[in-house]
Amino acid sequence: MASGVKPRVKVPKKASAGDVITIKTLISHKMESGQRKDGDGNVIPRSIINRFVADFNGENVIDVTLEPAISTNPYFQFDATVPETGEFHFTWYDDDGDVYETKKKITVS
Amino acid sequence: MGIKLISFVSALVFAGSAYAQDSNQLNVEGELFVSTTAAPSHMENVDTLYSGWHFRSGETQALQLDDFDNPGMVFVDQGIDLFAKVDGSEGKSCQSCHEDVEDFAGLRTQLPRVEDGQLVSMENLVNDCRTERMGAEAWKWSSTNMTAVTGLIGLQSRGMPMNVKIDGDAAPFWEAGKELYYTRVGQLDMSCSNCHEDNYGVMIRADHLSQGQINGFPAYRLKNAKLNSIHNRFKGCMSNIRATPFKEGGKEFKALELYIASRGEGLAVETPSVRN
Amino acid sequence: MELSRRKLLALGASSIALMGLGTSVAFASKADEAIAEFTAGAAVSEGALELTAPEIAENGNTVPIEVNAPGAVSVTVLADGNPVPNVATFNFGKLNASRSASTRIRLSKTQNVIAIAKMEDGSFQMAKANVKVTIGGCGG
Repeated sequence: MASGVKPRVKVPKKASAGDVITIKTLISHKMESGQRKDGDGNVIPRSIINRFVADFNGENVIDVTLEPAISTNPYFQFDATVPETGEFHFTWYDDDGDVYETKKKITVS
Repeated sequence: MGIKLISFVSALVFAGSAYAQDSNQLNVEGELFVSTTAAPSHMENVDTLYSGWHFRSGETQALQLDDFDNPGMVFVDQGIDLFAKVDGSEGKSCQSCHEDVEDFAGLRTQLPRVEDGQLVSMENLVNDCRTERMGAEAWKWSSTNMTAVTGLIGLQSRGMPMNVKIDGDAAPFWEAGKELYYTRVGQLDMSCSNCHEDNYGVMIRADHLSQGQINGFPAYRLKNAKLNSIHNRFKGCMSNIRATPFKEGGKEFKALELYIASRGEGLAVETPSVRN
Repeated sequence: MELSRRKLLALGASSIALMGLGTSVAFASKADEAIAEFTAGAAVSEGALELTAPEIAENGNTVPIEVNAPGAVSVTVLADGNPVPNVATFNFGKLNASRSASTRIRLSKTQNVIAIAKMEDGSFQMAKANVKVTIGGCGG
């Protein structure tokens, strides 16, 4: 695992069926763009989160392709419709092959 | 002569009040913070204090209103982990003695302060604990570890008014800091007051000059996407004036920190603030 | 190779002349290429895709943007002045109600942020926002 990479998500705990809820997600990741050079003039290779996926009870909510122009600590805010009680599954894919995940439950009445 | 030159240059380079600080309300997580207040009596040339928040663009201001959106919180999270992490020969973590970090409420508002005849900043207190009680190595003044923990501790005082002691045994340090504040330095021959007292509210090239308050430190700066310590910011300012900066953690910056903290008396602690 | 000033000026003049002739293939921007790739050359309209970005970015490394395109299947965002124009592509799933998303992006200089939406009916929408990116002042 790349060091210090930690996901955080903000999902409401409760909602009514069919509600549109707002979700915020963040992952602490440097997002090394591949444009910077080190002290000796060598290019620091690109190393970024290149994909973010949010699913709910197995159905996709959003699937984002990230490029180096996404800021350090990639942040996304988006909406989701929640038809029933269930669990959000958030996944981030790193250039180096690591995969970071977190889940959040929501109770729908 | 120097002053006349600066005024002349100001007239040309600095825009007018079109860019003065705004009157937005600082509402963090639904709580209204004091971000502007009457200046304390010891400040002869300033009537009203404005938090640095007021001088930033709307988008930057918005980042501080919500703890999820606040990019500094990622580092406070790291601070929480460090607070609980065992480190050093005594097998302790900060938490071993300080069971609840919330007990630090109020500390940020009083620092720096005099203890046993010495002026101490929060970084000193952290390192004293580490070296004397945890048997751990001192952290560098502006390291990611240190700013994460001072960010966490500062957060516990968020919303509380800055209120440092400047009399009694603090007086000589405060006077020294005040003198530094008004002393011109560097190739550009400028003092802190030239920008932050005489010219706050106007643009210096593309930057909106603030009063140079420190109530929001350690601050998340967009410039380097991380938390920055007070002394590190002082160092940057001095470098900009092409002066040789004083040492982080040294007596000059600590005295200056005390004086500048007193110039923010009454402003709410905003740690971790979001600035440029 | 030593270029005399005359040679350099002559070279400069000829390349400007070429541009004037509209040899757009040689001078097509990378952003244009990326747009063409996303739309496969199809026609692009405006009005149904909203792109929100600040007029002046306080700092180019964290510029908040929002795209909003009801009825879109996906939205791709480009920055025409960045070393690489692609910024992100948002693919909306079944449970995505509003077809909108916010994020923070890096802009290396003043430029246009361009959003292209692929709609459910296969058509394309575009929106552009010019963002001024400043450097300077006493950033310390």
